[in-house]
Amino acid sequence: MKKTIARLLSVCSLVATSMLLSGCDLAIFNTASPIAKSMGDTILLTAGLMLIVVIPTIFLSFWIPWSYRKENTQAEYEPDWDHSSKVEVVVWGVPLVLIVVLAVITVIQTYALDPREPLLSDKEPMTIQVVAMDWKWLFIYPEEEIAVVNEVSFPVDQPVQFLLTSETVMNSFFIPRIGGQLYAMGGMENRMNLIADQEGVYPGRSVQYSGYGFTGMNFDAIVGTEQDFDAWVAKVKAEGNVLDKPTYDALLEKSRNHPVEYFSSVNPLLFKNIIEKYTGVQDGR
Amino acid sequence: MAVNTVVENPDPIFGKLSLEVIPYHDPVVLPVMIMVILGGIFMTGLITYKGWWGYLWNEWLTSVDHKKIGIMYIIVAIVMLLRGFADAFLMRSHQALATSFDTGYLPPEHYDQIFTAHGVIMIFFVITPIVAGLFNLITPLQIGARDVAFPFLNSLSFWFFMAGVVLINASLFIGEFASMGWLAYVPLSGIEYSPGVGVDYWIWSLQISGIGTTLTAVNFIATIIKLRAPGMGLWKMPVFTWTALVANALALVIFPILTVTIFLLTFDRYFGTHFFTNELGGNQMMYVNLIWAWGHPEVYFLILPIFGVISEVVATFSKKRIFGYKTLIWAILAIAVLSFLVWLHHFFTMGSGAAVNSFFGVMTMVIAIPTGVKLFNWIFTMYKGRVEMNAAMWWVIAMLVTFTVGGMTGVMLSIPSNDFVLHNSMFLVAHFHNVLIGGAFYGFMAGLFYWFPKFTGFKLNEAMGKMSCALWFVGFFLAWVPMYLAGFDGMTRRLNYVDNPEWAIYLYIAFAGVLVIAAGLGLIVLNIAWSMLKRNDPAYKDVDGDPWDAPTLEWMTDSPPQFYNFAVTPHIHDLEELRYRKKNGMAFKKPAKYSRIHMPKNTWAGVVIGVFSMAFGFAMVWHLWWLAIIGFVGMVGSFVMYNFERNKDYYVEIDEVEAVESEWLARKKV
Repeated sequence: MKKTIARLLSVCSLVATSMLLSGCDLAIFNTASPIAKSMGDTILLTAGLMLIVVIPTIFLSFWIPWSYRKENTQAEYEPDWDHSSKVEVVVWGVPLVLIVVLAVITVIQTYALDPREPLLSDKEPMTIQVVAMDWKWLFIYPEEEIAVVNEVSFPVDQPVQFLLTSETVMNSFFIPRIGGQLYAMGGMENRMNLIADQEGVYPGRSVQYSGYGFTGMNFDAIVGTEQDFDAWVAKVKAEGNVLDKPTYDALLEKSRNHPVEYFSSVNPLLFKNIIEKYTGVQDGR
Repeated sequence: MAVNTVVENPDPIFGKLSLEVIPYHDPVVLPVMIMVILGGIFMTGLITYKGWWGYLWNEWLTSVDHKKIGIMYIIVAIVMLLRGFADAFLMRSHQALATSFDTGYLPPEHYDQIFTAHGVIMIFFVITPIVAGLFNLITPLQIGARDVAFPFLNSLSFWFFMAGVVLINASLFIGEFASMGWLAYVPLSGIEYSPGVGVDYWIWSLQISGIGTTLTAVNFIATIIKLRAPGMGLWKMPVFTWTALVANALALVIFPILTVTIFLLTFDRYFGTHFFTNELGGNQMMYVNLIWAWGHPEVYFLILPIFGVISEVVATFSKKRIFGYKTLIWAILAIAVLSFLVWLHHFFTMGSGAAVNSFFGVMTMVIAIPTGVKLFNWIFTMYKGRVEMNAAMWWVIAMLVTFTVGGMTGVMLSIPSNDFVLHNSMFLVAHFHNVLIGGAFYGFMAGLFYWFPKFTGFKLNEAMGKMSCALWFVGFFLAWVPMYLAGFDGMTRRLNYVDNPEWAIYLYIAFAGVLVIAAGLGLIVLNIAWSMLKRNDPAYKDVDGDPWDAPTLEWMTDSPPQFYNFAVTPHIHDLEELRYRKKNGMAFKKPAKYSRIHMPKNTWAGVVIGVFSMAFGFAMVWHLWWLAIIGFVGMVGSFVMYNFERNKDYYVEIDEVEAVESEWLARKKV
């Protein structure tokens, strides 16, 4: 019996330590982008501000019933005391002040982190077009005229404008360590500006449930130097096939856990055509 | 293997039905199916053998008594809670195994149905009947009424709800359920991407039970506005009745939105229209807006009555008046109004601009102010009171603590920039379980322990009640704190397998938490069974109808209450009428004279219309057009027939009233 308890305790402490350790590199706080960092910091700041009220409330929820328990006949008892303007001012005032502070933070951060606004940078943003498919991501580089399935790459410190649409149901495009998420919807173009300030390989995925193959709808975002990026583009051009109509139609077929696929050449108007397939020709709108 | 319910040319007689749609080859469903069939045969046999059919039909199924309808709602809710929890257990165990055993034991075709069913069941067929049951049980008694304003309509609402329950359970054994998440986002729920019958089950079970909820709302608004005992002005209404009024007003406004939205989806699926498709001008964003314009006020429809329950329980067991009654009511009204102005916070990440997102973010966190006020009001009700720390109060304190944490994570999510990384993550899932379990469920449990003796005549076991509360409290945090952390680590909801080894530890701990919760849930069921066995034991028996020395009108009756509620309609002096009467020596006195009591008769119409609506729903799911016509004509025909009936009411004669009352008042003296 004693042995079991000791073993149980050691397992528990192991679990606790590993949770604490992994807490330091939770994806949302261990960021590789000023945008994601700002989002993570806001989470910690707002949570911290609320704890100022939440911790005393939790404490009171235990302490008040305990100190006024029936058995404690020493405690004051005023059965008809049901109003106090002083208490009312406090119970409305404290949450009000807290919410005003949080609201100010909210408005500032919502404007600062609006994904549609171009980022402040001395570099011109590059464009990557993203198409959600069943169940994979197609990334089109209109300038390089290449396309890739389930892998994306861009240089560090380079602002990137992701244009999102869907060839299927609603999906949500998300690279946790680089920035927020945005929905990809058929017949529509959604725009999200991101930038990474550290090199590395970051997992990304769809986070809006989109069917049976949804879990496998993930990709790696490779962030390297300019040279790394050029080498990657060259590799795609060297290893890939042409993304022509039959190849594209094959991609439209449902597939789960789709492997990374490179396409050395692609119609630069493909993205526009995908949207117009659902909306009719938009004449450049 | 999932069944295939995509049928190109439905048969004119059998529609899409065939033997192949029965999942008898499924190793998970088959044992459940066998158990349900055997259980059904056993129950039918038992009822027949004991000759209970007549009793069941006359006293329960056809009853228009609000107390009996309320009890039936609560029983169905608890049964469905067990089914919903079984789904939760499957999901947590599957994800825990899907870390080291690669893809777990449930294929996506199965797992995705389970998380959809879990959400739909818990919201529509557990919490909704819980609040509907509480409205039924408590409201008429608290306002000194004989019954609800429209007793037949009340029975009809219940049977529409039951039709929904039967349909969603049928989907387990006949065909399949939807795989799309509980709110059926289009285009995934459209015919192109979900050609099977799962979405159709979702459509018809929600559509039919949703109409029941709308009718309930009409009924209770009328009841509370028109049937209050003389002297009970709005500002003398108990808090629970206030929350019932406000919640039903919300329901009356929002449920038609749900009905219309589901109708449009039905048109898309059955007639090939394009309201919400990708093509031909269909607008999926419109669907998301509509469904949340219903869906956000809906959560307040569910939680406001629970706030009322907590207010009643806290005041009774603190032996003190509720603190800040008027501000509490204003807070409820403020929440009701604000709940219409926040729906967009469910999709900040759809691409609205900063101005729109800021507005909805700020409006959302403004709701935290009146909600916080409520928590403080409850705490200050206990302050300077004589708090009886019984099982009901344990649940209240568990609720205060857990709900506060849930409120905090809710405000975190209301900030759009936070939501951009936390949306659709396990953090979000942890948040709404935190408010729904920690708020709605714990509050309901407090109410269950408080009002149980009123409707059964015996109390629940205190020790088991406290133990189950402790298990839930510990199990809850064990299950959901790791999920908050996993959400911070970018773990997405609804994953069929887990590809990040770092999340394994969270999933193992969460599963341990689920085991603890399972013990807590088992103990609740055991408690009810145990107390029922012990019901004549003096420690359990509620002898005279007021076991807690409670302050409100429902305790001024026998337990269970007389079928006509009050022999003489009471005249109201105070918010806490019974407490006022006890103080002034007016309580439980034989009135000067009794008079005849006018009562509604039981009716076959509610249950029959309900059965026809169920047949109609089932027929629509499987494209059995002939049965759909029979179901529809049956519904309308029965309704018309009922309306031509005479003799819908009767009188309880003075002798009988006098006999019932004096028997109770004699016990009262003991």
